[in-house]
Parts: sequence; C-alpha cells; structure tokens
Amino acid sequence: MIDLLWLVPTIPVIGFLILTFSCGKLSEIPAGIVGAGSIGLSFLVAMLVGLDFMSMSEAGIHSYSQTLWTWMAVGSFEAGFTLYLDGVSLVMMFIITGIGFLIHVYATGYMHDDPSFARFFAYMNLFIAAMLILVLADNLLLLFMGWEGVGLCSYLLIGFWFKDPYNGYCARKAFVVTRVGDASMALGLFLLFASLGTLNIQELMVLAEEEWEVGAGIAVAVTLLLLGGAVGKSAQLPLQTWLPDAMAGPTPISALIHAATMVTAGVYLIARTHVLYELAPSVQYLVGVIGMITLIMAGFTALVQNDIKKVLAFSTVSQIGYMFLALGVGAYSSAIFHLMTHAFFKALLFLTAGSIILAMHHEQDIFKMGGLRKDLPWSHALFLIGTIALVAIFPTSGFWSKEEILASALTNEHGGYLLWLGGIAGAFMTGLYSFRLYFLVFYGKKTHDGHEVMGWHLQGPLVALAILSLVGGFIHIPVEEVFHAHAEDHHVSLFYQAIMIGLPLFGVLCAYLIFIKQKVDVEKLAGSGFGAKLHRFFYTQWGMDWLYDRVIVFPYVGLAKLNKKDFIDSVYNGTASLTRYLHSVVIETQTGQIRWYTMTMALGVLLVISIGVFA
Amino acid sequence: MILIWLMLILFAGGIGAWLSESRGIGVPRVIALVAILLDLALVIFMLLAPESIGLTPVTSEQDEWLVLFQADWIPRFGISFIFGADGFSLLLIALTVFLGLISLGSAWHEIKERSGFFYFNLLWTLAGVIGVFTALDLFLFFFFWEVMLIPMYFIIAIWGHENKEYAAMKFFIFTQVSGLLMLLSILVLVFLNYQATEVLSFSYFDLLGNGLTGEVGMLVMLGFFIAFATKLPAVPIHNWLPDAHSQAPTAGSVILAGILLKTGAYGLIRFTVPLFPDASMAFAPIAMTLGVVSILYAAKVAFAQSDLKRLIAYTSVSHMGFVLLGVYAWNAQALQGAVMTMLAHGFSAAALFMLAGGLQHRIHTRDMDKMGGFWGVAPKMSFMALFFTVAAVGMPGLGNFVGEFLVLLGSFQVSITTTAFAALGLVVAAVYSLIVIQKVFHGENKNNYEFDDLTFIEMACFALMMIGLLWMGLYPQSMLDMAEPTLRSLGVAFP
Repeated sequence: MIDLLWLVPTIPVIGFLILTFSCGKLSEIPAGIVGAGSIGLSFLVAMLVGLDFMSMSEAGIHSYSQTLWTWMAVGSFEAGFTLYLDGVSLVMMFIITGIGFLIHVYATGYMHDDPSFARFFAYMNLFIAAMLILVLADNLLLLFMGWEGVGLCSYLLIGFWFKDPYNGYCARKAFVVTRVGDASMALGLFLLFASLGTLNIQELMVLAEEEWEVGAGIAVAVTLLLLGGAVGKSAQLPLQTWLPDAMAGPTPISALIHAATMVTAGVYLIARTHVLYELAPSVQYLVGVIGMITLIMAGFTALVQNDIKKVLAFSTVSQIGYMFLALGVGAYSSAIFHLMTHAFFKALLFLTAGSIILAMHHEQDIFKMGGLRKDLPWSHALFLIGTIALVAIFPTSGFWSKEEILASALTNEHGGYLLWLGGIAGAFMTGLYSFRLYFLVFYGKKTHDGHEVMGWHLQGPLVALAILSLVGGFIHIPVEEVFHAHAEDHHVSLFYQAIMIGLPLFGVLCAYLIFIKQKVDVEKLAGSGFGAKLHRFFYTQWGMDWLYDRVIVFPYVGLAKLNKKDFIDSVYNGTASLTRYLHSVVIETQTGQIRWYTMTMALGVLLVISIGVFA
Repeated sequence: MILIWLMLILFAGGIGAWLSESRGIGVPRVIALVAILLDLALVIFMLLAPESIGLTPVTSEQDEWLVLFQADWIPRFGISFIFGADGFSLLLIALTVFLGLISLGSAWHEIKERSGFFYFNLLWTLAGVIGVFTALDLFLFFFFWEVMLIPMYFIIAIWGHENKEYAAMKFFIFTQVSGLLMLLSILVLVFLNYQATEVLSFSYFDLLGNGLTGEVGMLVMLGFFIAFATKLPAVPIHNWLPDAHSQAPTAGSVILAGILLKTGAYGLIRFTVPLFPDASMAFAPIAMTLGVVSILYAAKVAFAQSDLKRLIAYTSVSHMGFVLLGVYAWNAQALQGAVMTMLAHGFSAAALFMLAGGLQHRIHTRDMDKMGGFWGVAPKMSFMALFFTVAAVGMPGLGNFVGEFLVLLGSFQVSITTTAFAALGLVVAAVYSLIVIQKVFHGENKNNYEFDDLTFIEMACFALMMIGLLWMGLYPQSMLDMAEPTLRSLGVAFP
C-alpha cells in the first residue's frame, strides 16, 4: 500500500486538470464532486499509506522513499522527483489532506452560486497538490517547487474575486513579499549545494553534521538564508505584513492556506532542517526570539482590529510565533504538535467566521455585529469551542500543545526566562483578544439581524473540526524518530504550571471586565491623545507597512516611473539627432550658386597657401 | 546534406510564396505552411530517429558532430561551406522550426497585405537563423547573420505599426554596426591566424586554438562580444529591442523574441568563449555584471511601461540577462541553465508576444491603462496569459525555472555577490509580471471592450507551447542530455 504514496499528490493534480480544462462548462455539483472528492480520495489513500507506514514503523523502519523520475542532473548536481515519508511528513500529509478535505466540503457550500465555482476548486486542488509536494519532497529543490507552488495558489486565491482592484493588490503583495523570502531561501540552497554538493535533505543533514562544526560561519549563513524563506512564508517578523491583507480572499482560503497549511510551511522547513539549526545555535536562538517578538506584536495588533478576519489573521501570526519559539528552543515535536492543533482550531474559527459573515450578508466589521448568540446558535457554539482552544484552556487541544511549548521554553537548554516570559505574556494576550472578539460578536447590544445559513456541507465539517479542536490534544504524533535526540520530558513545578494555566484565564477575565462589564471605557482610552496614537500604532502593525512603503515600495515605483522612457535610449537618439543636425548644417553649403562655390574654393586655396607659407 | 535541405526548403518555399502572391492570401500561406511542416518533419527525424536518416545519435559519451557537411566555396581565401549540427544546435534548430510554425499561426489571420512577400521574408529569416545555428565557417556564419537580418527589417518596416520606419531603421543600424565590428574581428582573427600558421582559413575548426592573447585578443573578442550582446540584447545596447518589438507584427515579435535573440546567446557559447578563452576569462566579471545589470535594470523599466508589448520586450532583456550570466559563469550547471533559459524563454516570450499581438489585433491598442477585466471577456486567452506569465515568473515545474535555477546555481560557485543580486531578479520579475495580469485581465473592464476569445489556430499554438514548457519544466533531462556533449566538447567540465 505504501507504494501508492505518489497518488496522494497526483489525485489533486488530476482534479485540477479536470476542473481547468472543462473551461467553466462543469456545473456546480460535478465541479464540487471533483473538487472536494479528489481531496477526499487523496485523504483515503493517505490513510492507507499511513497504516502501512505504522506497521513498518513497528518493524523498525522509520522512513520510506519513492523515486518517480530524475528531474535534473547536471554534473554533480542531481535532483529527482522523489517523495520521502517519515513521521513528520506523515503528520503534515494528514493535516493537509484531512483538514483540506473538510475545508473543501465547506467551500462547496460557501462558494455556492459563485460564477467561477469550478475555477475556485481548480486552484484549491492545485494548492493541495503543491502543499503535499512541499512536505513529501526528499530534496530541497522539490520542496522549493511545492513552496513556490503554494505561493502561486495563494496569489490566485487571494485575488480570486479579481474585479475589485484591492483584492488584486493584496494578492500581489502576498506574492511579492513572500518572494523576497523565497529569493533568500534560493540563495540558501545554492550555498548548501556549493558547500555540501547535494540538495537531498537526509544526506545534507548527515553531511552537515560531519563537516561543519557547531557555530561555523557557513552553518550560520545557510540557516539565516533558509530562515529568510521561512519568515516570508510563515508571516513572521520582518516579513509578516502580507498576511493580514491576504484576508481579502474568500474565507475558506483564509482557513486552508492562511491558517492551517501554507503559513506553517516555514515551521515545517525549520523542523525538517533542524540539524542545521543546531549547528548554528545563535541562529536557532534568533528563531525563538523572532517567534517571541512576533507573537507579542501580533497579539497587540489583534487586540485593536475591527475586522473579524483580521483579528484571526493576527492571531495566526501570533500562534505561528509560538511555533517558532518552540523551534528556537529545540522543541521540534511541540512545534509540529502546535502546528496540528492550531490547524484544527484556527480552521474552525475561520470557517465559523465565514458562516457568520454569510449570515451577516458579507459584513466583517465586529462593531456592526453584537448579540448574535441567539440568532446564530450553531456559529456561537462552534466559535466558542474554537476560541477556548485558541486561548488554550484545559483540556482543549490548544492547551496541550501550548503548554508543551511553554514548558520547553522554560526547561530546554536553549530556552530561558526571557522566551518563557514572552510566551506567557502572549498567552495572556491571546485570552484577551480572543474573548474580546467573542464578546463583541456574540454579546452586547444587537445591532443587525443575522440568519444562520444551514446545510450539511457547512455544519458537517465545522462539527468535525470542533471535535478535533476539543480532543485533538490527545492525538499522538509519531515524530520521535525524526527528532531523535529530543524525547521531551518536562518537569515543571506546580508554580509555573499554575501560571501557565491561569494567565490565559486572567486574560479572559480582563476581556470580560472590559467588554461585558465595561469597567474600562475603551473608546475614551483609544480616542484621546496618547491612547489614540498607541491604538494607531498597533492597528497599523507597528508602522511596518508604512516603513516598507517609504523605504522600498515608493522609491522603486518612483524611480521606475522616472525612467519610464529608459534614459539609455536618449544616448542613441541623441546621436541620431546630432547627426541630423550636422547634416543640416553641412547641407547649407550646398546652394547651387556658382559664385558661392568659386568663393569658397578661392578661400580654401588661400588658406592652404597661407598654411604653406607661414607654417 | 540534411542541414542544407532544411534551409533549401525554406528558401524555395519563400520564393514560391512570393511568386504566388497574385493568387490571393490563401496560396502563399499554404506554401509557407508546407515548407515549415517539411522542415519540422526533418527535425523530428533528426531528434527522434537519427539513425534512420544516416546520422549518428547524440550520446553523452561521444562529442562528435551529429552531422557535418563540408564543401569548397572560395578556396583562394580559405572560405568554405561547413555546416554542422550537434545536440546544442539541433535543439536550437528545433526551436526555430517550431516557433516558425507558431509565428505562421499568428500571422495566418493577421497578415492580409502583400502576404506573399511577407511569407517570403518569414521563411528567409528562418532559413537565415538555421544557417547561423549550423554554419561553422566564420565567413559563412557572417553571411547568414546578414541573411536573417534583412528580411526581418522588411517585416518590421512594411507590416509594422504606427512607428514602424523608426523601429526598423533602429533595428537595422544597431545590428549592422555591431555586425560590422564582428566582421572586422573575423578578418583580423583570420589574418593573424594566417600570419601565425601560414594557413588562410575561415573554418571554425582551424581558428579554434588560435592562441590570440593580450590586448589584441581582447579587442578581437570584444568585436564578437558586442555583436552578440547587441543581439541578446544586454544593457546598455538593448535599445533597438523595445521599439522593434512594439512595432513589429505579431509574427515578427514571435520570431524576434523566440529565436533571433537566441542567436546572440548561441554566438557567445559557440564562438566568443571557445575562440578566445583567455580574453573571455578576463572579461567574465564584466560580462556577468552586465548580465545582472540587464536583469535588474530591464525589470525596473519593464515595470513602468504602459505599452504591453514594450513591457514584454523589456522582460526579454531581463531574462536574457540570466543567459549572459550563465554563459560567463562557464560551468556545467550555469551553461546548461543558459541553454534551458534560451529554450524556455523562446516559448514563453513567443507566447506572450502572441497574446499581446492578438489583443492589439482585436482592440487596436497596446495601452494597458485602457485595458482591464478581460477575464470576463476572454477567459481562454486570460488563462493562457496567466500560464505564460507564471512561466516567465519562474515557477518550478515550467521550463524557465529550470533555466534560471541552474544559471544561479552555477554562477553562485563563481561569484556569490553577483548571484545574490541576480536572485533579486526573482522578486522583481514577480513585480512586473503580476502588474500585467492585474491591468489587463483582472479589475474592471472600464472601456467595455468586447471581442472574440482565442481562435482554434491560436489555441492550438498556445497548447503546443504550454506542453513544451511543461515538458521542459518537468523533464528537462531530455534536453540537458542533448546539450551536454556539445558543452563538454567546448571545454566545460562536468564534474
């Protein structure tokens, strides 16, 4: 069965081809069956493969690879279409096909009556295929193919409703900003090949350990370059600015690409190449610090947003910050674990938000919602489940994974109080901003009526995700063999444990006091002097967009506009004009008058003679 | 002999098309189609079943010529007919004939005036290009260099758009002046070689290993370099290209971008570096820098254009910068990357120009500020535009990525700084490409343009190029294996 692995990414590709080459002639039901069905089928095959893999694991074989064909071999460089399956890629494969399937089913309801229904599912299927290639690649070049492929699909889907130029702007921003990271990652690949002579991931890990010393300059350079790619894709500092804008896409896209799968690719990359990061401890620490700063920053920003999807977007940035923090302290399996639970509850939150947005007739402003818990009982219950998992309240899935990360931050040798404090501060923030969102949407004064949009393809996947969000923390992920040396065993004293359980609850309490009991007048606080400035500062992602616009975008666009006519051309046109001018000067002498010719001739003779005489 | 047949069929077809002009537009284009299809059949035989027509197949072990033809021409001056093809030239011949077919497809409904003379020029340009890719006598090479230029001049000057005389003249002057430098270099090279060896010969084989060094070698090399770099084109001698492209009829743009630019790259790989290894080595850092400058500068100018064809023209300059970089990095990966970029860019640029030309034919403007929302009007065309734009951005799985990746991988081993700047090309390519999709196909159709979607012929052309790019992107090994013996014989080490 395990040799069916190649089918897992291939089935979505076939779905993509069918949907694309039907040229929009496929009506909604067959398009939905092909679109969602292909992912369902892919998930089933993944299950079969997984079962086989598990029995192989028990027999002591922990990886499987399957070569399809040689992609390119030039001299000593060789990269193939080779798939590689181990515990980590298995988990990722399940997340992608499983959650992907649920979101596809949901989308058949959400995108109902959209004129480009088939095109939507074509892009979605292509995305799943690219994402699967990314996690199943056995070499970094194939991984890069998946990496670029998901970026392309992200671009296409953010700008899916292309009539509005704003969506197009957001899509381009997402693509270009992540491309900056991709360019850095490509350089990392070149450097790896130049120094170790291969791009096969497993070989690289072995060779690097043999040939590089801990802290070697080359290890630092390589890991920094790869980190550039990771922060781009995973929307971490300093390349996080694209993710909030990516919310311009249809909501299922935000759930699938910008919460559950693609944005975690950076986490996967670092976990996959963790051996390199251990050879560069300074960079690994940097990963943790980036994660910590990002999670706090995004938490503050989430607190002041008023678009329901943007709150969730910043919360995603923040939660991925936790994963980076985990990677930074060497708790790779915790990072992957949090990646999984986050996929559950964030997909749930986004999809439920989608239902709310549908119910409110495409209204996304949370201040225009309020008091919806009676009108939307389904969405209310599901959103609450997602929120408590996000806040990491015992014993939801989010609790187990976040607790593992925070405990590792405290106990691991790479960790320390700084990262831990950042982490628990973020946990408090999460409680605050999540329940702010929840209270504002479902409690308070009702301003608009909402009508729950019902249907098995909408509620079915949501219920499945809700169950996973609640009990997903008990899933055991088989990654010990991959992160061999890191069987984690955290003994954290009761004091710290109480803090880690209590702070999120404290955050919830604060939210309750502020937004339900209104003990603090938020409007007054944010409306005046320093408060307003602070609000503005947080709201605009700490001014980073503003800064990038002025330092990079405006100068580039300005200079390009200035040189639209290509100044080099003026050199050639200038030469041509000069020639023409000289021509016109000389042509003046050709008058056709005999006396003029005689006179110039005489003068010429005179000149020559005088030169002869006087020289 | 088969190489001569390739050219003779085209020359004869061209004359036939011209002579039949009085019989209406239908006859010349059928004659042209037959000629190109015959050539295509020959090329397919050469590629797939070389034994069946008496050729030795390309294998990675031997570095012999697949086919070599020699005959005297002007023996007094050591000038002879030497035509040869190895894997590298065969790939380019295949590209030429294939894009010849595509350009015919794009001209099919577009060219209505003097169509006989048009197809004459089209076929003669193609024949000239095949001559360039096969001639191994420098005099003969120069002869074909001119043969491909003059019909192209007519194509722009007669069937071009609003500013065609200016563009055609500019194209002619740039190519002539740089060609003159090459002719001077050829003469000096032959003369010095005669002084040294007492053999008066224009043969490529006799001139290899000429031992020219020092300042003379550098000057003679520069003559070649400037001619080829103008054709490529490289910044700052690229200015003929945007005008020629934007003014040429669609078929002309397809041939210019798809094939003619590649003759410059071919010349660098086949002649400039092997004939003058020392001078080239010394010159490599400058050439690589020029490559990077081309990549970034042209990308920036492209971004600012509102004329769709001009924009695509500048992207060509940018992409050919990768070729220049790859050639002068001169190692296995970089050169294979340059070859792949030549082929893939041939397809993607030809397709994009065909799209732009098709649009201009339909709505009579190239101004992107007037366009928008065409996805709603012509979804097939928009999908094709998206596909080829994505190819040009360098998406893995399509041919252009293989080329650019290998170029960068190879050049990284030679110069890290240069490569780091070149890698920025990946970012700026996204900037200028996506703006095209936005301005033309996305957004609102402000001026309410209504026009027909792609015709059957156009769809067929695009489908062929699409398959080609996918093939190059997913299984480039088939082409890399063809080019490898050539590159080995040119002295590239394949460690």
